[in-house]
Amino acid sequence: MAKTIKEINERIKKGKAVVVTAEEVIELAGKKGTKKTAQEVDVVTTGTFGPMCSSGAYINFGHSKPRIKVGGGTAYLNAVPAYTGLAAVDIYIGATALPDDDPRNTVFPGTFSYGGGHVIEDLVSGKDITFVGTGYGTDCYPRRQIETLINIRDLNEAVLFNPRNAYQNYNVAVNLSDKVIYTYMGMLQPRLGNANYCSAGQLSPLLNDPLYKTIGIGTRIFLGGGIGYVVWNGTQFNPGVRRTPGGVPTSPAGTLAVMGDLKQMSPRWLKGASFTGYGVTLTVGIGVPIPVLDEEILTHTTVRDEDIKAQVVDYSQSYPQVQPGSLGEVNYRQLKSGTIEVNGKKINTGGISSYAKAREIAESLKQWIQKGAFLLSEPVAHLPGADSGITFKLLNERPLKRTRGK
Amino acid sequence: MKKKRVVLTIPPHLIEQPLVYNLIKRHDLMISILRANITPKEQGRLVIEMSGEKRNIDAGLAYLTGLEIEIQPLAQDIKWHEERCIHCTFCVPICPTGALYRDQEGILVAFNKDKCIACELCIKVCPYKVVEIQF
Repeated sequence: MAKTIKEINERIKKGKAVVVTAEEVIELAGKKGTKKTAQEVDVVTTGTFGPMCSSGAYINFGHSKPRIKVGGGTAYLNAVPAYTGLAAVDIYIGATALPDDDPRNTVFPGTFSYGGGHVIEDLVSGKDITFVGTGYGTDCYPRRQIETLINIRDLNEAVLFNPRNAYQNYNVAVNLSDKVIYTYMGMLQPRLGNANYCSAGQLSPLLNDPLYKTIGIGTRIFLGGGIGYVVWNGTQFNPGVRRTPGGVPTSPAGTLAVMGDLKQMSPRWLKGASFTGYGVTLTVGIGVPIPVLDEEILTHTTVRDEDIKAQVVDYSQSYPQVQPGSLGEVNYRQLKSGTIEVNGKKINTGGISSYAKAREIAESLKQWIQKGAFLLSEPVAHLPGADSGITFKLLNERPLKRTRGK
Repeated sequence: MKKKRVVLTIPPHLIEQPLVYNLIKRHDLMISILRANITPKEQGRLVIEMSGEKRNIDAGLAYLTGLEIEIQPLAQDIKWHEERCIHCTFCVPICPTGALYRDQEGILVAFNKDKCIACELCIKVCPYKVVEIQF
């Protein structure tokens, strides 16, 4: 018999909801079958903890006396530039932002020791942050410069807003060239020296709801150790890719845009990360609850690592030059074993997303729900489905027409 | 056969001495140089693995100490900050000696100091600065 989110919430309030993680449900359904498990289980919790570059936070730092308008001016948090194309005292700090004087890859490979991701981690940690801003001066905002310490507890708002997180599946990165390369998938040794992958596999949110039956706009989630929401499909949302008969995409597909109150979050689940030769990013903890409304939804949550396939992609040539083609397909069980085989060669694998932490997130979310501290929300709109026609487009470059003198 | 990995801090006036040659010739030791930071007239650092009979290793160490070379076990200079580790396993395939490895379930990362040769590859790779080498 089908359940509703309202009914599940009633059980959560009474402390009677049956909640299991996306790992536990596999064993449970294996023993009892999907039909019985779907009747018994109310919620399956998922988790992921990996670097997500399309992350950042907006803050409103309050008006100074006299007032300053950094909108259209400049703003630096711990020397890292924040975006000021907003109102007078609203700024957005992006995870990949770097101090102006960071040498980047001038001396290759750059170390990128501090950037936007670290600012967000420090802010969430409750550390004082230096804020240096400039404005151009107006009649209503006469001040032109400000230098002060700020702290998250004093800010009017501090909101994590990530345009693209929680990728549904991802590439396995290798290097076919003769030299070491440094990528967002890490350092890749020459001649298939190592292979890096980035997904929590069977615990990953969108791999447990591959057809977006329950996760939608308005879904309440675990975000950075606090409570957040899915606010839109993530950027580069690409639902129409090839899928297994179970609906699981075999290459990067869906993504989530998420937001939540940074003041509730924890540095344990928001960590600045430095990728040598590449840049700075933010490692974000996300956990999504999946309400078991029927047997089909439950069956999707029983997906196992061996059912999830990923494409092995060469990051020395294919990826940067946008050349299609996969060197092979492997599954997450093979990837987690530590070795895969590509072009007849055994390669050691490394994960970028932490399975151990994904498990902790799924477990935390389970406990929140069991304690009645977290209720499920009804999505107000669905994410675009596999048949929506939405595709991931490349940029169609059109030459600029140059006019003499301009 | 015993093995010992040590970090030698060499004062500037000894930098041009044939230390490794003497350890091999006089004390019958096999020496693997794991890292070397040697510049003329400056304090140098040499990380070596000594293999041989225990009495020969002891004699070799006594020879170095007699020259006023500071000796430290290699493991003392390497710190794996477990509390910073998110157990992503990123570092595991990069580590050439298996000092950083996955546990039996393949989920947690663990560190075996004794296998570390201080190559510093993990320092380049780890996004969270979990490994620190204090040379």
